[in-house]
Amino acid sequence: MTNRGVRDVYVLGGNRIPFARSGGKYLKASNQDMLTAALDGLVARFGLAGEQLGEVAAGAVLKHSRDFNLTRESVLGSHLSPTTPAYDVQQACGTGLEATVLVANKIALGQIDSAVAGGSDTTSDAPLAVNDSLRRTLMKVNYAKTPQQRISALAKVRPGQLAPDQPSNGEPRTGLSMGEHQAITTKEWGITREAQDELAARSHQHLAAAYARGFFDDLLTPYLGVTKDTNLRPDSTPEKLATLKPAFGKGEGATMTAGNSTPLTDGASVVLLGSREWADAHHITPLARFVDAETAAVDFVTGDEGLLMAPPYAIARLLQRNNLTLQDFDFYEIHEAFASTVLCHLAALASREFCVEKLGLDGPLGEIDVEKLNVNGSSLAAGHPFAATGGRIVATTAKMLHEKGSGRALISICAAGGLGVVAILEAAE
Amino acid sequence: MTKDSYSNLVNTNPVGKKLAGQLGLPRPAILRRYEEGQDLLVGPAAVAGIGAAPVLIAATAILKASAAVVIPATPETSYDARLGAIVFDATAARSLDQLDELRATVAPAIKKLGASARLVIIGSTPAELEDAEAAATQQALEGITRSIGKELLRGSTANLLWVDQAAQGDASVLAAPLRFLLSARSAYVDGQPIRVRAADVPEVTDWRHPLTGRVAVITGAARGIGARIAKVFARAGATLILVDIPAAGDALSKVANDLGATALQLDVTAADAGAKIAEAVARKSDTLDVMVHNAGITRDKLFVNTDENRWGSVLDVNLRAQFRINATLLDPSVRGGLADGGRIVAVASISGIGGNRGQANYAASKAGVIGMVRQLSQNLASRQITVNAVAPGFIETEMTARIPFATREVGRRLNSLLQGGQPGDVGEAIAFFAEPGAAGVTGQVLRVCGQSQLGA
Repeated sequence: MTNRGVRDVYVLGGNRIPFARSGGKYLKASNQDMLTAALDGLVARFGLAGEQLGEVAAGAVLKHSRDFNLTRESVLGSHLSPTTPAYDVQQACGTGLEATVLVANKIALGQIDSAVAGGSDTTSDAPLAVNDSLRRTLMKVNYAKTPQQRISALAKVRPGQLAPDQPSNGEPRTGLSMGEHQAITTKEWGITREAQDELAARSHQHLAAAYARGFFDDLLTPYLGVTKDTNLRPDSTPEKLATLKPAFGKGEGATMTAGNSTPLTDGASVVLLGSREWADAHHITPLARFVDAETAAVDFVTGDEGLLMAPPYAIARLLQRNNLTLQDFDFYEIHEAFASTVLCHLAALASREFCVEKLGLDGPLGEIDVEKLNVNGSSLAAGHPFAATGGRIVATTAKMLHEKGSGRALISICAAGGLGVVAILEAAE
Repeated sequence: MTKDSYSNLVNTNPVGKKLAGQLGLPRPAILRRYEEGQDLLVGPAAVAGIGAAPVLIAATAILKASAAVVIPATPETSYDARLGAIVFDATAARSLDQLDELRATVAPAIKKLGASARLVIIGSTPAELEDAEAAATQQALEGITRSIGKELLRGSTANLLWVDQAAQGDASVLAAPLRFLLSARSAYVDGQPIRVRAADVPEVTDWRHPLTGRVAVITGAARGIGARIAKVFARAGATLILVDIPAAGDALSKVANDLGATALQLDVTAADAGAKIAEAVARKSDTLDVMVHNAGITRDKLFVNTDENRWGSVLDVNLRAQFRINATLLDPSVRGGLADGGRIVAVASISGIGGNRGQANYAASKAGVIGMVRQLSQNLASRQITVNAVAPGFIETEMTARIPFATREVGRRLNSLLQGGQPGDVGEAIAFFAEPGAAGVTGQVLRVCGQSQLGA
């Protein structure tokens, strides 16, 4: 293989459909419908109809088995050239960002010149499976050789077996839901209810302001009559949020409510990436350079670390590799799985004990200027269709850097399974 | 798009057809409309003129270059086949007596016109003639054209080209307007005069795709007339940037993707709308060739009940936004701005000419468009930028489908073609103004109304 070296990779633009609360406006939309719509909006924005791209990488967390080739099928249903290759990626809530990393690396290596990364998720059209007991019984029916055997196998079906197996966001190894896991971490780090509600209210206010100034006009395409994220509450205040009852955790110390946790959401997002040459040839002004990325994982099963605490580990490694300090950024985009997740990450990064003992550093990475955090709102307001969040954040961040005309941004996304994906973007010169 | 059930009944239903014949009900013709690769005419063209007929040679050459069969016509000519068109050069007429030559030659030819045929009378611009009788003679052509337009049957139309003295020797400046009026692209343009001035016309190798290599911006392109304008422009070969409000982005992206165009979600009333458009253009080309201001809204209410918001929003979207966008695009230092030799085409309305009950705000904006076009065209003449408008009459759209039945039927039938127009008819007229060949046509408002009696 010839060594072509590594070249710069740019985020050129993005598109998403508005995110809608589960069971609402997108009740009849499948992952494929939504991902295709997100792709077509991107194609229209950049005039790419009929164009062959290097590849499209995307995925969904909750996926029907019939969607084994979700991304390829979406490409075939879109206005991109059918000769554009595609594949599925799945890394829980990190899917969208991990897909971006994958295609960025291929572009950097010169294997492809352009790509789309993204994701789609719906809990409205979630796959329901027959439960394991019924599935085993039905398999026996399937393998029966005589009608007699088939009838006797079928006769073993019991009413209790008819309850479907629903997908849950519970961790398979602990049986705890993500919220229950986070409630433990929140308590450990002593994150207050007030701090969480304040962060949540700010997310709503920031997102509403971004919509009001037309920030999303070239990042979003309406879908099924929805023009804005349906979870958005522009009039949200800490005082209103303080009236909600806790949803996760028990007793006195329970601080996590439906208001400071992200709701189940449906939606899809995509990001367009390319080399400088490809961007120039298509007269597209790059928004940001995709600098580097890191994924970390923690052992939450034994209780050694909190389920959603991998990002600080990834951040530490990424900063070290790029000779940067935590304060060298103009924007911090930290996915708000829960308000307390963000606050736990910030507390951990500022904690000498955590940074020395867990991250093996000489001292704490320090505090960040919260005025630079999620300045156009994040998942608490927009909602969080798992695999679609990465694309939303990458495109939004790239545009923020482009608007500023300089600077650097840190993106951080926590994911089920004790995973965390983080990345650095810089404004394109 | 609404269905014209009456037209269907009397044209396709056997019982309806018979009934319409017996009762003498009007039967709206099914108009021939342009399709890719279509012949210019359905039959041969009879050509004749008055006196020296200085434009006749050019007109004949244009017809022949468009593969039409040409029959020199006299009052005595007998025609074997149904005619596709009559082209009559009256540019040399200076006395009222000479008009009788037109009557004598054109009348027998009209009797032999086929369906969806064309009468194009070519005259001299009356305003340029110092002699009063000469001016009267040329002005008379308008009365003749408009009257014949009302008499013609089976979807045939009559239109008038007034050619300036300085343009009469130049076939290139006449070609695009003449072809437009002869072709099925002008299906719903009837009884209208178009003035042709002298201009440098860039050479177009393929007259069926005159917008090849041209970059055009169309506002309000997500649906209705705007979406059809985009389709016509795409057929003509243009590189398209389609604009509509962010809330219509879903429909806009579908239109754009189907045509291989670029979608720009943008509120045209935004302060930076012009800059955003220029930015999008710069992605395709250094300069813009055609700006089509189609975006428009209605907020109907009787004048006495119209509040500040209904008044202001209509004027802002339909007119003020055009001024703001033009100001940016006409700044020569703006990358992606309008090129010298470019085109501005706006959409007016017959409401802007004749007014409409409950539409004082809308009529103000559309009459304003007409005023803007007439003045701006003069201001930009030195840059060879043409500025024109189309004034649609009753067009079958989602908007007109919401008009109450009786009012709708009146609007639809009260014209020489006895039917509403299609959104594509408006698109064809706009695409004509946008053509490089239409360089001699500026400051004009072309009605696309089937010769509607409203506002006439």
